[in-house]
Amino acid sequence: MGRMLRAFYGRKIALLGLFVIVLLVLSAVFAPLLVTFDPIEMNPAEKLASPNGKHWMGTDNFGRDIFSRVVYGARTSLVGSAGVVLFSLVLGVLIGVSSGYFKRVEPYLMRLIDVLMAFPSLLMALVLVSILGRGMVNVIIAVGITYLTRTTRIVYGLTLKLREEPYIEAAVSSGVKQRWIILRHILPNMMSPIIVQATFTFAFSLLDMASLDFLGLGIPPSVPSWGNMLSEGRMYLTRAPWLLLFPGACIVLTVLSFNLAGDVLRDQLDPHFRRDIEGV
Amino acid sequence: MFSYLVRRIASMIPSLLLTSIIVFSFIHLIPGDPARVMLGDQATPEQVEYLRESMGLNRPLYIQYFKWLGGILRGDFGSSIFFHQPVLSVIADRAETSVFIALISIVLIILIGIPIGILSAIRYNSFLDQFFSGVSMFFASIPTFWLGLNLMLLFSVILKIFPSSGFPSILKSGNWENLRYLILPCITLAIPNSALIIRLTRSSMLDVSNADYVKTARAKGLSEMRVNIRHIFRNALVAVTSALGFTFIGLVSKTVVTETVFSLPGIGRLIVESILRRDYPTIQGIILIVAFIYMVINLIVDLSYALLDPRIRYS
Repeated sequence: MGRMLRAFYGRKIALLGLFVIVLLVLSAVFAPLLVTFDPIEMNPAEKLASPNGKHWMGTDNFGRDIFSRVVYGARTSLVGSAGVVLFSLVLGVLIGVSSGYFKRVEPYLMRLIDVLMAFPSLLMALVLVSILGRGMVNVIIAVGITYLTRTTRIVYGLTLKLREEPYIEAAVSSGVKQRWIILRHILPNMMSPIIVQATFTFAFSLLDMASLDFLGLGIPPSVPSWGNMLSEGRMYLTRAPWLLLFPGACIVLTVLSFNLAGDVLRDQLDPHFRRDIEGV
Repeated sequence: MFSYLVRRIASMIPSLLLTSIIVFSFIHLIPGDPARVMLGDQATPEQVEYLRESMGLNRPLYIQYFKWLGGILRGDFGSSIFFHQPVLSVIADRAETSVFIALISIVLIILIGIPIGILSAIRYNSFLDQFFSGVSMFFASIPTFWLGLNLMLLFSVILKIFPSSGFPSILKSGNWENLRYLILPCITLAIPNSALIIRLTRSSMLDVSNADYVKTARAKGLSEMRVNIRHIFRNALVAVTSALGFTFIGLVSKTVVTETVFSLPGIGRLIVESILRRDYPTIQGIILIVAFIYMVINLIVDLSYALLDPRIRYS
């Protein structure tokens, strides 16, 4: 942990990214305390008001306060991306380690993963949402499957490499159980590249989920999310550009912060694993 | 080389079969009666029964699959439920826009990505290098649709330089001026996608900048320009070529969004519309074709290695 923080100190701009991430998490957690208005309460009398003292970021076409919606949107976006990271990591590690360690399942599982990689991520997610229906859990599964393939590829490559390490061979020859070798020796040694991959998954899945919302196939429009706000605001591009400005800027800032953090972690945590990550 | 080609093409067959099974299963993953879902609540029971019959949805799954696969092998991808036309002709009608967008964007990506990547590698760790890496990370963090909307606001609404939406066919009218309708969409696609190429060019050039053959080239007195281009960049070219498959897949995803933002009559928008209309035969057709193109690109990439890297020979 100390090493990670020191790495961030070396790169001032990445430290700023880390600060933004902490700020976002705090505002998502304490959203009800921060907002000045109810994010779903409509007020037609004040619709499309430009940013002012009362509504810091203006109001939308239903007179809803944009600042409050942006704060609640952080909640939706962060929960969604965290869900994708969790989904893709758990399954990716499971499939990747078993394919890398147990030769019998490898041809089937990895062939399936390779084929899934031939489907463009957004198309796959769109089709899955159309089959499963809109909603947070379904969006997480739909977007998660794409990232699952990348995580699996990395974990698989690392497992193959680690299997050949002398200390693993030593453990095998001294009769240590396979489950113990995987839990005690293989998994802890791939933690750094997995953390780096998780950071990038977080950033890019946020973009994918916003695209799904924008296309009308993401989280239901009643839930405030940055993508939904942009999708609705698109109609008022010329009349009320602030409808697009604030949620869009929040997405860029969040994704950029996670990318910066991921970059620093990749450079600092484990230099000899850099190729494994960059190759994908 | 020939035997490698045969083996490589043969290895595509299981992947293609697996792809077809996944795409086929889309319709059968729909909860409830697929015919009812595709036709919507307004359809009469007779219409639903007719569709079920005509698509063979009453038959056992494996018979449905082989019949569908047999059709595809003969070039019959089924009929679009919305357009009442063969899927292949619906896709062909929309292909012009998407092919133009893809070609122009790839040219732009190469023109932006490679020179900046080379420059960043040559001036490693300089201000210029850090500037470009910051800028490319910034653009990689922007949602495609937001970038598109902002470009539209600036160049179409405020400056009125480019049209904001639509694309009249060039092939039908013969009017090449219509290309200006595609400038903003292509920039929207090219900017974030160039980031990957910049990164790849830079890192693969840096990888070999201390290699023995580079030192030899310098030692025998070749100019710095010649060393950078003939000896170091050649290496980056292999990495960039190998990323073509990824670039294509990324481009398809972003085209879906971009064509929707700029209301372009392309395949990307067709798929969004087909998903909203639950026109599954069209969705299946498009995804199969995209996956097939991806595999062919990867085949070409594998074959091009031998041309780019003299150390690689296929026997």
